[in-house]
Amino acid sequence: MIEIGTALPEHVFTVNRELLKAYADASGDQNPIHQNEEFALSVGLPNVIAHGMLTMALVGKYVTDWAGGSSNVTHYGARFIKPVIVPADTDVDLTVTAVISAVENGSITLDLTATSAGVKVLGMAKAVVKK
Amino acid sequence: MLNPDSVGRTFEGADSITVTQSEIDAFCAVIGEGDTSVAPPTFSIRISLEQSQSILSDPTVGLDWRRVVHGDQKFEIFSPIKGGDTFSCSTTIESYRVAAGNEIVTVRSDLKTESEIALSSWSTLVVRA
Repeated sequence: MIEIGTALPEHVFTVNRELLKAYADASGDQNPIHQNEEFALSVGLPNVIAHGMLTMALVGKYVTDWAGGSSNVTHYGARFIKPVIVPADTDVDLTVTAVISAVENGSITLDLTATSAGVKVLGMAKAVVKK
Repeated sequence: MLNPDSVGRTFEGADSITVTQSEIDAFCAVIGEGDTSVAPPTFSIRISLEQSQSILSDPTVGLDWRRVVHGDQKFEIFSPIKGGDTFSCSTTIESYRVAAGNEIVTVRSDLKTESEIALSSWSTLVVRA
Protein backbone atom coordinates (compact mmCIF):
# COMPACT_ATOMS: atom_id res chain seq x y z
CA MET A 1 0.00 0.00 0.00
CA ILE A 2 1.43 3.36 -1.01
CA GLU A 3 0.20 5.91 1.48
CA ILE A 4 1.78 8.25 3.99
CA GLY A 5 2.92 6.37 7.07
CA THR A 6 3.35 2.99 5.39
CA ALA A 7 6.45 1.21 6.69
CA LEU A 8 8.60 -0.75 4.24
CA PRO A 9 10.12 -4.13 5.17
CA GLU A 10 13.47 -4.09 6.95
CA HIS A 11 16.56 -5.27 5.11
CA VAL A 12 19.92 -6.17 6.68
CA PHE A 13 23.13 -5.75 4.67
CA THR A 14 26.36 -7.39 5.81
CA VAL A 15 29.43 -5.13 5.98
CA ASN A 16 32.96 -6.44 6.48
CA ARG A 17 36.55 -5.51 5.61
CA GLU A 18 36.31 -7.37 2.30
CA LEU A 19 33.38 -5.18 1.25
CA LEU A 20 35.27 -2.03 2.27
CA LYS A 21 38.21 -3.03 0.06
CA ALA A 22 35.86 -3.79 -2.84
CA TYR A 23 34.12 -0.41 -2.42
CA ALA A 24 37.46 1.40 -2.22
CA ASP A 25 38.46 -0.14 -5.54
CA ALA A 26 35.11 0.52 -7.24
CA SER A 27 34.77 4.10 -5.98
CA GLY A 28 38.41 5.19 -6.08
CA ASP A 29 38.27 6.24 -2.39
CA GLN A 30 41.39 4.61 -0.93
CA ASN A 31 41.46 6.61 2.31
CA PRO A 32 43.31 4.34 4.79
CA ILE A 33 40.74 4.93 7.57
CA HIS A 34 38.58 2.45 5.64
CA GLN A 35 41.20 -0.29 5.35
CA ASN A 36 44.09 0.10 7.78
CA GLU A 37 43.32 -0.44 11.47
CA GLU A 38 46.59 0.99 12.72
CA PHE A 39 46.03 4.18 10.73
CA ALA A 40 42.38 4.47 11.82
CA LEU A 41 43.38 4.20 15.48
CA SER A 42 46.18 6.74 14.98
CA VAL A 43 43.64 9.40 13.90
CA GLY A 44 41.40 8.73 16.88
CA LEU A 45 38.83 6.38 15.38
CA PRO A 46 37.61 3.35 17.37
CA ASN A 47 38.55 1.01 14.49
CA VAL A 48 38.35 0.86 10.70
CA ILE A 49 35.12 2.57 9.57
CA ALA A 50 33.05 2.08 6.45
CA HIS A 51 33.00 4.79 3.80
CA GLY A 52 29.95 7.00 4.42
CA MET A 53 29.31 6.70 0.70
CA LEU A 54 29.33 2.88 0.95
CA THR A 55 26.60 3.14 3.59
CA MET A 56 24.72 5.49 1.29
CA ALA A 57 25.24 3.16 -1.68
CA LEU A 58 23.79 0.20 0.25
CA VAL A 59 20.83 2.20 1.54
CA GLY A 60 20.44 3.38 -2.07
CA LYS A 61 20.22 -0.28 -3.13
CA TYR A 62 17.38 -0.73 -0.62
CA VAL A 63 15.62 2.26 -2.23
CA THR A 64 16.14 1.15 -5.83
CA ASP A 65 14.98 -2.40 -5.06
CA TRP A 66 11.71 -1.00 -3.75
CA ALA A 67 11.45 1.58 -6.53
CA GLY A 68 11.88 -0.97 -9.31
CA GLY A 69 15.34 0.12 -10.45
CA SER A 70 18.01 2.80 -10.28
CA SER A 71 16.36 4.91 -12.98
CA ASN A 72 13.38 5.61 -10.70
CA VAL A 73 15.33 7.56 -8.07
CA THR A 74 15.28 11.34 -8.57
CA HIS A 75 16.56 12.65 -5.21
CA TYR A 76 18.62 11.04 -2.49
CA GLY A 77 20.39 12.60 0.46
CA ALA A 78 21.70 11.87 3.94
CA ARG A 79 23.85 13.21 6.72
CA PHE A 80 26.67 11.08 8.13
CA ILE A 81 26.08 11.16 11.88
CA LYS A 82 27.97 8.10 13.18
CA PRO A 83 30.43 5.74 11.50
CA VAL A 84 29.78 2.08 10.72
CA ILE A 85 32.59 0.44 12.71
CA VAL A 86 34.12 -2.61 11.04
CA PRO A 87 36.54 -4.70 13.16
CA ALA A 88 38.77 -7.29 11.42
CA ASP A 89 37.27 -10.69 10.58
CA THR A 90 33.82 -9.54 11.64
CA ASP A 91 30.52 -9.13 9.82
CA VAL A 92 28.62 -6.09 11.05
CA ASP A 93 25.05 -5.22 10.13
CA LEU A 94 23.63 -2.28 8.25
CA THR A 95 19.93 -2.44 9.00
CA VAL A 96 17.64 -0.34 6.82
CA THR A 97 13.98 0.56 7.14
CA ALA A 98 11.81 3.25 5.57
CA VAL A 99 8.51 5.01 5.98
CA ILE A 100 6.58 6.74 3.20
CA SER A 101 6.44 10.42 4.17
CA ALA A 102 4.94 12.05 1.07
CA VAL A 103 3.05 11.03 -2.06
CA GLU A 104 2.47 13.57 -4.82
CA ASN A 105 2.27 13.67 -8.61
CA GLY A 106 3.71 10.18 -9.02
CA SER A 107 6.62 10.88 -6.67
CA ILE A 108 7.01 9.11 -3.35
CA THR A 109 9.28 10.34 -0.57
CA LEU A 110 10.86 7.74 1.69
CA ASP A 111 12.25 8.64 5.12
CA LEU A 112 15.07 6.17 5.63
CA THR A 113 16.58 4.80 8.81
CA ALA A 114 19.97 3.07 8.84
CA THR A 115 21.57 1.55 11.92
CA SER A 116 24.65 -0.55 12.62
CA ALA A 117 25.09 -2.41 15.92
CA GLY A 118 21.97 -0.58 17.09
CA VAL A 119 23.43 2.89 16.43
CA LYS A 120 21.81 5.26 13.94
CA VAL A 121 24.43 6.06 11.28
CA LEU A 122 22.55 8.33 8.86
CA GLY A 123 20.51 11.42 9.70
CA MET A 124 17.88 13.18 7.58
CA ALA A 125 18.08 10.33 5.07
CA LYS A 126 15.47 10.75 2.35
CA ALA A 127 14.89 9.57 -1.17
CA VAL A 128 12.31 10.56 -3.76
CA VAL A 129 11.30 7.90 -6.24
CA LYS A 130 8.95 7.62 -9.20
CA LYS A 131 6.64 4.64 -8.87
CA MET B 1 41.72 28.29 5.52
CA LEU B 2 39.56 28.65 2.48
CA ASN B 3 40.04 31.86 0.52
CA PRO B 4 36.78 33.80 1.13
CA ASP B 5 36.88 35.15 -2.44
CA SER B 6 36.21 31.65 -3.74
CA VAL B 7 32.80 31.34 -2.05
CA GLY B 8 30.04 31.59 -4.63
CA ARG B 9 32.40 30.93 -7.50
CA THR B 10 31.88 28.20 -10.06
CA PHE B 11 34.96 26.38 -11.29
CA GLU B 12 34.95 24.55 -14.58
CA GLY B 13 36.40 21.08 -14.13
CA ALA B 14 36.99 18.30 -16.62
CA ASP B 15 35.32 19.18 -19.92
CA SER B 16 34.94 15.60 -21.04
CA ILE B 17 34.60 12.62 -18.72
CA THR B 18 33.27 9.39 -20.21
CA VAL B 19 31.72 6.82 -17.89
CA THR B 20 32.58 3.28 -18.92
CA GLN B 21 30.26 0.32 -18.57
CA SER B 22 32.96 -1.52 -16.64
CA GLU B 23 33.04 1.24 -13.98
CA ILE B 24 29.27 0.91 -13.57
CA ASP B 25 29.55 -2.91 -13.48
CA ALA B 26 32.21 -2.75 -10.74
CA PHE B 27 30.17 -0.34 -8.63
CA CYS B 28 27.01 -2.45 -9.03
CA ALA B 29 28.89 -5.64 -8.09
CA VAL B 30 29.94 -4.19 -4.72
CA ILE B 31 26.36 -3.41 -3.67
CA GLY B 32 24.82 -6.52 -5.24
CA GLU B 33 22.95 -4.68 -7.99
CA GLY B 34 22.24 -7.01 -10.91
CA ASP B 35 20.82 -4.39 -13.29
CA THR B 36 23.77 -2.49 -14.74
CA SER B 37 21.82 -0.73 -17.50
CA VAL B 38 21.95 2.52 -15.51
CA ALA B 39 24.31 3.59 -12.74
CA PRO B 40 23.13 3.39 -9.11
CA PRO B 41 22.06 6.75 -7.59
CA THR B 42 25.35 7.37 -5.76
CA PHE B 43 27.70 6.27 -8.56
CA SER B 44 28.53 9.85 -9.59
CA ILE B 45 30.35 10.45 -6.29
CA ARG B 46 33.45 8.91 -7.84
CA ILE B 47 33.48 11.73 -10.38
CA SER B 48 32.26 14.62 -8.21
CA LEU B 49 34.55 14.10 -5.21
CA GLU B 50 37.62 13.90 -7.41
CA GLN B 51 36.56 17.10 -9.17
CA SER B 52 35.87 18.85 -5.86
CA GLN B 53 39.18 17.69 -4.43
CA SER B 54 41.15 19.05 -7.34
CA ILE B 55 39.39 22.43 -7.26
CA LEU B 56 39.28 22.92 -3.49
CA SER B 57 42.90 21.88 -3.02
CA ASP B 58 44.10 24.44 -5.54
CA PRO B 59 46.42 26.86 -3.71
CA THR B 60 44.23 29.84 -4.67
CA VAL B 61 41.25 28.20 -2.90
CA GLY B 62 43.25 26.69 -0.11
CA LEU B 63 41.24 23.88 1.50
CA ASP B 64 43.28 21.25 3.36
CA TRP B 65 41.85 18.07 1.83
CA ARG B 66 43.85 15.81 4.17
CA ARG B 67 41.67 16.88 7.08
CA VAL B 68 38.34 16.64 5.25
CA VAL B 69 35.45 14.61 6.68
CA HIS B 70 32.28 14.07 4.69
CA GLY B 71 29.36 15.68 6.54
CA ASP B 72 26.43 15.10 4.25
CA GLN B 73 25.63 14.28 0.66
CA LYS B 74 22.68 14.87 -1.62
CA PHE B 75 21.93 13.93 -5.22
CA GLU B 76 19.38 15.27 -7.66
CA ILE B 77 19.22 13.03 -10.71
CA PHE B 78 17.58 14.46 -13.82
CA SER B 79 18.75 11.74 -16.14
CA PRO B 80 20.31 8.45 -14.95
CA ILE B 81 23.94 7.83 -15.97
CA LYS B 82 24.61 5.08 -18.50
CA GLY B 83 27.79 3.46 -19.74
CA GLY B 84 29.31 5.53 -22.55
CA ASP B 85 27.81 8.83 -21.35
CA THR B 86 30.15 11.82 -21.60
CA PHE B 87 29.88 14.79 -19.26
CA SER B 88 31.49 18.12 -18.57
CA CYS B 89 31.85 18.98 -14.89
CA SER B 90 31.63 22.13 -12.86
CA THR B 91 31.94 22.72 -9.13
CA THR B 92 30.42 25.64 -7.24
CA ILE B 93 31.42 26.59 -3.71
CA GLU B 94 27.94 27.37 -2.38
CA SER B 95 28.62 28.14 1.26
CA TYR B 96 31.37 28.38 3.81
CA ARG B 97 31.44 28.91 7.54
CA VAL B 98 33.70 28.24 10.48
CA ALA B 99 32.25 26.64 13.61
CA ALA B 100 34.34 25.72 16.66
CA GLY B 101 37.45 25.97 14.49
CA ASN B 102 36.09 23.53 11.91
CA GLU B 103 35.62 24.81 8.38
CA ILE B 104 32.32 23.73 6.83
CA VAL B 105 32.09 23.98 3.05
CA THR B 106 29.20 23.04 0.81
CA VAL B 107 30.04 22.36 -2.82
CA ARG B 108 27.69 21.61 -5.69
CA SER B 109 28.89 19.50 -8.58
CA ASP B 110 27.04 19.49 -11.88
CA LEU B 111 27.46 16.87 -14.58
CA LYS B 112 26.32 18.21 -17.91
CA THR B 113 25.73 16.63 -21.27
CA GLU B 114 26.04 18.94 -24.30
CA SER B 115 22.64 20.47 -23.72
CA GLU B 116 21.55 19.91 -20.14
CA ILE B 117 22.40 19.03 -16.55
CA ALA B 118 22.11 15.28 -15.98
CA LEU B 119 22.90 15.31 -12.29
CA SER B 120 23.63 17.78 -9.50
CA SER B 121 25.12 16.72 -6.20
CA TRP B 122 25.87 18.59 -3.01
CA SER B 123 28.63 17.60 -0.58
CA THR B 124 29.14 19.19 2.79
CA LEU B 125 32.78 18.81 3.73
CA VAL B 126 34.10 19.50 7.19
CA VAL B 127 37.77 20.39 7.60
CA ARG B 128 38.58 19.38 11.14
CA ALA B 129 40.35 21.93 13.29
